[in-house]
Amino acid sequence: MISALQKAYEEEISLTGKEIIKQIIDNANIAEKEEVPMCQDTGFTVVFVELGQDVHIEGGSFEDAIYEGVRRGYTEGYLRKSIVRHPLDRVNTGDNTPAVVYYKLVPGDKLKIMVAPKGGGSENMSAIKMLKPAEGVEGVKQFVLDTVLAAGPNPCPPIIVGVGIGGTFEKAALLAKESLLRAVGKPNPSPELADLERELLISINKLGIGPQGLGGRITALAVHVEVFPTHIASLPVAVNINCHASRHKEIIL
Amino acid sequence: MLENISMTPIRLKTPVTDDIIKQLRIGQKVLINGFLYTGRDAAHAKLVALIDNGQDLPITLNGQIIYYAGPSPAKPGRIIGSVGPTTSGRMDLYAPKLIALGLKGMVGKGKRSPEVIKAIKQYNSVYFAAVGGAAALISKTVKQCEVVAYPELGPEAIYRLAVEDFPVIVVNDTQGGDLYEEGIKMYAATS
Ligand code: SF4
Repeated sequence: MISALQKAYEEEISLTGKEIIKQIIDNANIAEKEEVPMCQDTGFTVVFVELGQDVHIEGGSFEDAIYEGVRRGYTEGYLRKSIVRHPLDRVNTGDNTPAVVYYKLVPGDKLKIMVAPKGGGSENMSAIKMLKPAEGVEGVKQFVLDTVLAAGPNPCPPIIVGVGIGGTFEKAALLAKESLLRAVGKPNPSPELADLERELLISINKLGIGPQGLGGRITALAVHVEVFPTHIASLPVAVNINCHASRHKEIIL
Repeated sequence: MLENISMTPIRLKTPVTDDIIKQLRIGQKVLINGFLYTGRDAAHAKLVALIDNGQDLPITLNGQIIYYAGPSPAKPGRIIGSVGPTTSGRMDLYAPKLIALGLKGMVGKGKRSPEVIKAIKQYNSVYFAAVGGAAALISKTVKQCEVVAYPELGPEAIYRLAVEDFPVIVVNDTQGGDLYEEGIKMYAATS
């Protein structure tokens, strides 16, 4: 992330934009040195679990253990509690639980847990659309650009843009989110998709939104695309935006 | 006009007067000194309910600046946790009423509604952007922090922050200028 920001600092032509990127880099350094959150929005905890099919979990509920981890992490780590118990009555749960947990059953005897807290500002600017297959790759590109333009300053640019294409309605959204787990700017292994990522990044950065939306050439640091087979009648596209406060951690047990 | 904006920041001290606010122009860097009052959706809803009922507010708005923010908890021995701006658009429904009561400035991130931009022009107020996500850096400019209203709201309470050189950029000024519009126009590439 820091190296992506450093490169962005070199490339930004707006002086205000440059100064903002510098503040973001300084902020990350302060946060690391003083062990404080880089952003006060320490997010909704999203957890991706890859469970080896030979693993047997004993001694209680696995999901409860994850929630307990979140509870302790957010309380003992002085992180902000940003979760409400019900979307309509909006009473804070007080300990940032529950988490959003996804499970994948994989071969082997290992347990991999990836934690990716997600800020509200960038999540709110994400979008999904069921395109017509005839709209093709041009339709996909247009939807990505429209979404980033509509998001403007709200997700705290420079951003990372996760794009999920194909599958079903919810699968596309999940693909977009999973793409954000990749190291920033690491291209998709498929050469065609890597080309699409590069092309989208160039088009996004031509929009002029710039750091914090105040004008400039660095709106996104990277675009990550993931695809999945889809129905003959469908072309779902999801765009999940992540901010520069992209925080990930993984552990393998 | 954006090209001619100086990179040297202007120092501003609260409470601020109309004369000072009227001189600010989009793109200018400003360092705020004095006090900022934090407020998010929940606190705004309460303030506006009081205004609508003709009741007194727990804080004086005249000449003051509101900061759209909800800090993370302070670690032991610290004044405040990380405290960056939240998305201002969520306060758009409430802001014009506070501006009409003399609120001279707002600090947040993201675009404002046409109603807010109109109120800014009409009543001589200003909207500043702080750098979203630069919350640890911003917290260093906070020298004192005290809850002045609605402690039950936790991070959404109204805190009074004493700040020194709190860095912001002018986005909407009394001339009707909007840096989000102008900045994009200036840097969009056609080819
Ligand atoms: S969008 Fe990201 S950087 Fe901005 S306030 Fe939210 S979590 Fe922080």
